Amino acid sequence: MSYDLTDDQRQIREAVLKHCAQFSDDYWLELDEKGEFPFDFHRSMAEAGWLGIAMPESVGGAGLGITEAAIMMQAVAESGGGMTAASSIHGPVFSLEPIVRFGTPEQQQRMIPPILRGEQKMCFAVTEPNVGLDTTRIRTRAQRVEGGYLVNGEKIWITNAHVADKIMLLARTTPLEACKRKTEGLSLFFTDLDRRHVETRLIPKMGRHAVGSNMVFITDLFIPEEDRIGAEGEGFRIILQGLNPERILLGAEAVGLGRVAIKKAAQYARERVVFDRPIGMNQGIQHPLAKCWAQLEAANLMVMKAASRFDQGLDCGVEANAGKYLAAEAGFEACHTAMLTLGGMGYAKEYHVERYLREVLIPRIAPVSPHMILNFIAEKVLELPKSY
Amino acid sequence: MKVLVAVKRVVDYNVKVRPKPDGSGVDLANVKMAINPFCEIAVEEAVRLKERGVADEVVVVSVGPTQAQEQLRTALALGADRGILVEAEADLEPLAVAKVLKAVCEREQPGLVILGKQSIDGDNNQTGQLLAALLGWGQGTFASEVVVEGDRVRVTREVDGGLQTVSLRLPAVVTTDLRLNEPRYASLPNIMKAKKKPIEVTRPAELGVDVARRTELLGVEPPPARKGGIKVADVAELVDKLRNEAKVIG
Ligand SMILES: Cc1cc2nc3c(=O)[nH]c(=O)nc-3n(C[C@H](O)[C@H](O)[C@H](O)COP(=O)(O)OP(=O)(O)OC[C@H]3O[C@@H](n4cnc5c(N)ncnc54)[C@H](O)[C@@H]3O)c2cc1C
Repeated sequence: MSYDLTDDQRQIREAVLKHCAQFSDDYWLELDEKGEFPFDFHRSMAEAGWLGIAMPESVGGAGLGITEAAIMMQAVAESGGGMTAASSIHGPVFSLEPIVRFGTPEQQQRMIPPILRGEQKMCFAVTEPNVGLDTTRIRTRAQRVEGGYLVNGEKIWITNAHVADKIMLLARTTPLEACKRKTEGLSLFFTDLDRRHVETRLIPKMGRHAVGSNMVFITDLFIPEEDRIGAEGEGFRIILQGLNPERILLGAEAVGLGRVAIKKAAQYARERVVFDRPIGMNQGIQHPLAKCWAQLEAANLMVMKAASRFDQGLDCGVEANAGKYLAAEAGFEACHTAMLTLGGMGYAKEYHVERYLREVLIPRIAPVSPHMILNFIAEKVLELPKSY
Repeated sequence: MKVLVAVKRVVDYNVKVRPKPDGSGVDLANVKMAINPFCEIAVEEAVRLKERGVADEVVVVSVGPTQAQEQLRTALALGADRGILVEAEADLEPLAVAKVLKAVCEREQPGLVILGKQSIDGDNNQTGQLLAALLGWGQGTFASEVVVEGDRVRVTREVDGGLQTVSLRLPAVVTTDLRLNEPRYASLPNIMKAKKKPIEVTRPAELGVDVARRTELLGVEPPPARKGGIKVADVAELVDKLRNEAKVIG
């Protein structure tokens, strides 16, 4: 049992931190103010080959595991890029996994390399306005037609849909009433986001303004047969495989954001002198920060345990969920504590921690809420009756 | 032409160093280490020479602890072809490092050796000069431009108040200044490729070099903490204090 990064993993972390240091705190602050996608950051990460970290070498990736992807995404958030930087490259880093596992070789070669090279951007569309976390009830309908499917429906919260060239879409191909189980009859597609049939509307939201999330209205979108990933009706089973990696990465990012928040806070506390002493000489300032550090590092161990289990092909559902939960809560407390440490200046944009606080709420809510995680642990680990 | 580049493992430039309580050295426990920034510039320059077709092989060598392999890997990820680690426990003084590098040069026969002008930990600014002298080769220090022309290298040097250009017969020794180039960021594919590149490990004794210290470190202390300023009533008092207390004007 080893709790430390290997030399190779440390090299990845250092290289990512160094790469990201090109993008200053002011870069992220300005994009957040303008609500402008971090095109330069996205392009530079693609050009340096980082987007394919966990993709196989056969499609232009580096063939590393989710552990390395988590280390990378943590460094991206920790560099000060926060959830803005992380969410701008999330799609390529882990959402393509279903194509690797269930796509044909032709689909893999056609779909994946342009995304890894940064020539195309993608979004991942599951959530719907009228369904919530009860994913199997989604209503977006893909009806069989000659040569493919005709799709109609609505999605919500779809990150990057307004800038994407491609959409990975979960839709119902067999009506719920005609299925034996509610997990059946859903299919997964990866296709052109054809704006003649797909309208996107940005949702005004609390933070991460540079990386928008959208309402998506799909009207008579034709999807050719060759853009369906895996067998018809298998979509739910296919996306389930990607849920654990997504939780692991979000958890790693939340820890990264928490770390940069307490780093900024500690720096301020060393320098700010009030009542003739640095505020950081007061235990009332020290202890909350030290507690945040301990919580973040403990959460990180659970996240990395989940990642290592995933990479060994072991079941990691409980660890991935627990890790995401612990990391998001610890990240939130760290950002909140950082703000209180800075006092009035914590509320000023130029000190950055208020932006972190607005962003750290995202991993708390998405991709799955703390309630649902605790429901899951209660059921699976504590063997309590299923509550949902 | 083969280019040899020396790289040193040092405390990362972002780290605020602290002397050990007994003043016997700098506290390195749990401190982030990195490739010396001037050495990184040297690696970049060598890789650019290779990309321009001037060099055909870039060999990086580090004299230091086992962990200096990390810095060699970093250099390999930037584009160097292979590494040599000359493993030495104690902190070597510049003369010892220069002697080790001389032995490596005699074995490798490079056409050009590039080093950083100094390392940011010891700030000695000696190794390149000592190496050139030991080898009897020309030296172009503080380079801000390096152009290989046939069997000579033209080096633009950053000297006080301006630039000086020298032409040296190859083989020669060049040390880098800050403005020579801006090192690239290692890409993931190159980091992966670097894992497969060879690093040879040897020791000073195997190269027949005696690295015993000639100087003894007596102590390390932090700079004095900055004192708060004072307010003066008028210009006369200011002039008086500058003359009689600070003694900076006559
Ligand atoms: C910034 C952002 C980006 C996003 N990006 C994407 C994206 O790119 N693609 C995508 O598909 N989705 C995306 N989402 C959607 C996200 O995954 C969902 O918001 C999340 O899964 C929660 O679903 P919901 O909002 O419908 O909540 P609901 O299902 O409506 O739940 C509302 C609340 O009720 C609680 N609740 C519901 N049922 C129970 C129960 N049985 N027990 C206890 N509590 C319960 C939930 O925990 C939650 O707190 C994003 C969301 C955000 C905020």
